Amino acid sequence: MEFKTLVFYVLAAMLLLSALRVITAKNPVHAVLFLVLAFFSAGSLWLLLQAEFLALVLLMVYVGAVMVLFLFVVMMLDIDVARLRHRFWSYLPLGAVIGLLIAVQMALVLGGNYFSADALPGHSMPADYSNTKELARLLISEYYYPFELASVVLLVGIIAAVMLTLRARKDTKYQQPHEQVAVRREDRIRMVSMAAEKEQPSGTETPAEKQGGQ
Amino acid sequence: MMEAQLLQFLQSQLGTQWSLIEPVWPLLWSLMKIVAILAPVVAAVAYLPYFERKVIAYMHVRIGPNRVGPAGLLQPIADALKLVFKEIIVPTQASKVLYVLGPIMALAPALIAWAVIPFDAGLVLADIDAGVLYLLAVSSLGVYGIIISGWASNSKYAFMGAMRATAQMVSYEVSMGMALIVVLMISNTLNLSEIVAGQGRGMFAEMGIGILSWNWLPLLPMFFVFLVSGVAETNRSPFDVVEGESEIVAGHMVEYSGMAFALFFLAEYANMILVSAAVSILFLGGWLSPVGFLPDGIWWLIAKISVLLFLFLWLRATFPRYRYDQIMRLGWKVFLPLCFVWIIVVAIWMLTPFNIWQ
Repeated sequence: MEFKTLVFYVLAAMLLLSALRVITAKNPVHAVLFLVLAFFSAGSLWLLLQAEFLALVLLMVYVGAVMVLFLFVVMMLDIDVARLRHRFWSYLPLGAVIGLLIAVQMALVLGGNYFSADALPGHSMPADYSNTKELARLLISEYYYPFELASVVLLVGIIAAVMLTLRARKDTKYQQPHEQVAVRREDRIRMVSMAAEKEQPSGTETPAEKQGGQ
Repeated sequence: MMEAQLLQFLQSQLGTQWSLIEPVWPLLWSLMKIVAILAPVVAAVAYLPYFERKVIAYMHVRIGPNRVGPAGLLQPIADALKLVFKEIIVPTQASKVLYVLGPIMALAPALIAWAVIPFDAGLVLADIDAGVLYLLAVSSLGVYGIIISGWASNSKYAFMGAMRATAQMVSYEVSMGMALIVVLMISNTLNLSEIVAGQGRGMFAEMGIGILSWNWLPLLPMFFVFLVSGVAETNRSPFDVVEGESEIVAGHMVEYSGMAFALFFLAEYANMILVSAAVSILFLGGWLSPVGFLPDGIWWLIAKISVLLFLFLWLRATFPRYRYDQIMRLGWKVFLPLCFVWIIVVAIWMLTPFNIWQ
């Protein structure tokens, strides 16, 4: 067996096992961490396919950002695990049907005319071939409009998420950093110009002078 | 070339035994290269705390560590020995596997990132095409060590430290990535060696003052953003609310003792060195010499990293800790818009006849 094939089977086994543990792990935090491992294994599989750009972006976006925030949220939730496990197996028929559908879809796509082994271009790329550059070229030229459309859809998602959480409460007090930063000395203190010594009214003697006289 | 010479030498020395080694030779050779890179890094990580204590001490008009060895030079070894022999206490109700995994996950990304750092022309462990992406992807994994250990410790302080770390590191990663995009735009490559080589070309480099053709000058705002984000990303002072010893004791590492605690310590300093190396390579010309009459070489990279590390320590001795809302404001409301504006400015600049990155 070729070394690469061995690596593939190890990674594939890791991917499947961690994906299985995502749904069977008792603790939700453990489940999220297994999902991270699943992403990691998937990224490594993509590296084997020489898609280093996609693999690293998967790692950066999903593992480095999305899953961190996901973990953040799951850690703070107060989840009743017992209630969550209740009737866990009753979802099996529905899950099996969905799984079967996915398998059929994949079989149709991978076995069809577009993605079968002889329909795909060969792997004989030139030595200086950079799939990052090729991907960028395609995205900016051929798929420019779908690409822009996808970014607009994401923008809509961002705005929707912000609007959902934006609740202006009237009784909240919060700081205005730009006002704090913009404060000048003149706003806070006033310099008063006055003589350093004050003349005593005539006829009265201070205690110090009395003492000095004796 | 070095490999060929070594191979010849080994073959002549070992004779018939060579056939035993031959099948595992690629593995052995990679291991040797990894050790050659990591041994100096770990040594630097061990001596950086000593350097830090000395620098801060002199800034405070103190002497600093001077008891162990000449001028206190054996202090890191004494500290390491002490930590190794201490008991590692696991809190009750802690998630044991994750509790142990936390420190490892903190240190490992800081070390594996060195695989793509070029030390000199051609002197790099893995000269991969997407080096910048690899660096960004791996450095974004460091937060897992903190968040896992914070959660697994089953302690309020540790958990709050982990929460703060997550929010802060995710926020500053965004501006760091944006600053990086500008560098990629003008370098037209994702390969770190080529980014450094690109900084050695230009009008000023031909005049013999290469220091002015490095990326820091045309991208001065991005240099600043990347540097400050790097300080925030490593959770160093003045952005060290993650540890916040006056509020949450030590954040995610409050429950750790012995070597497990030492791993967090090592991770922090390894990350500092890594960020300094990244800034040197992306903005300060890597191994390039600042002036024409001096030769390029790895010593320049080491010198630049050292100066940046001194900057880290200087910042710590100088500034008070940022307030938490100000940290978030700086990341999202100052740095991010600045990066967006500068991306557009540079993009327009590159389309005008004044484009200096042909």
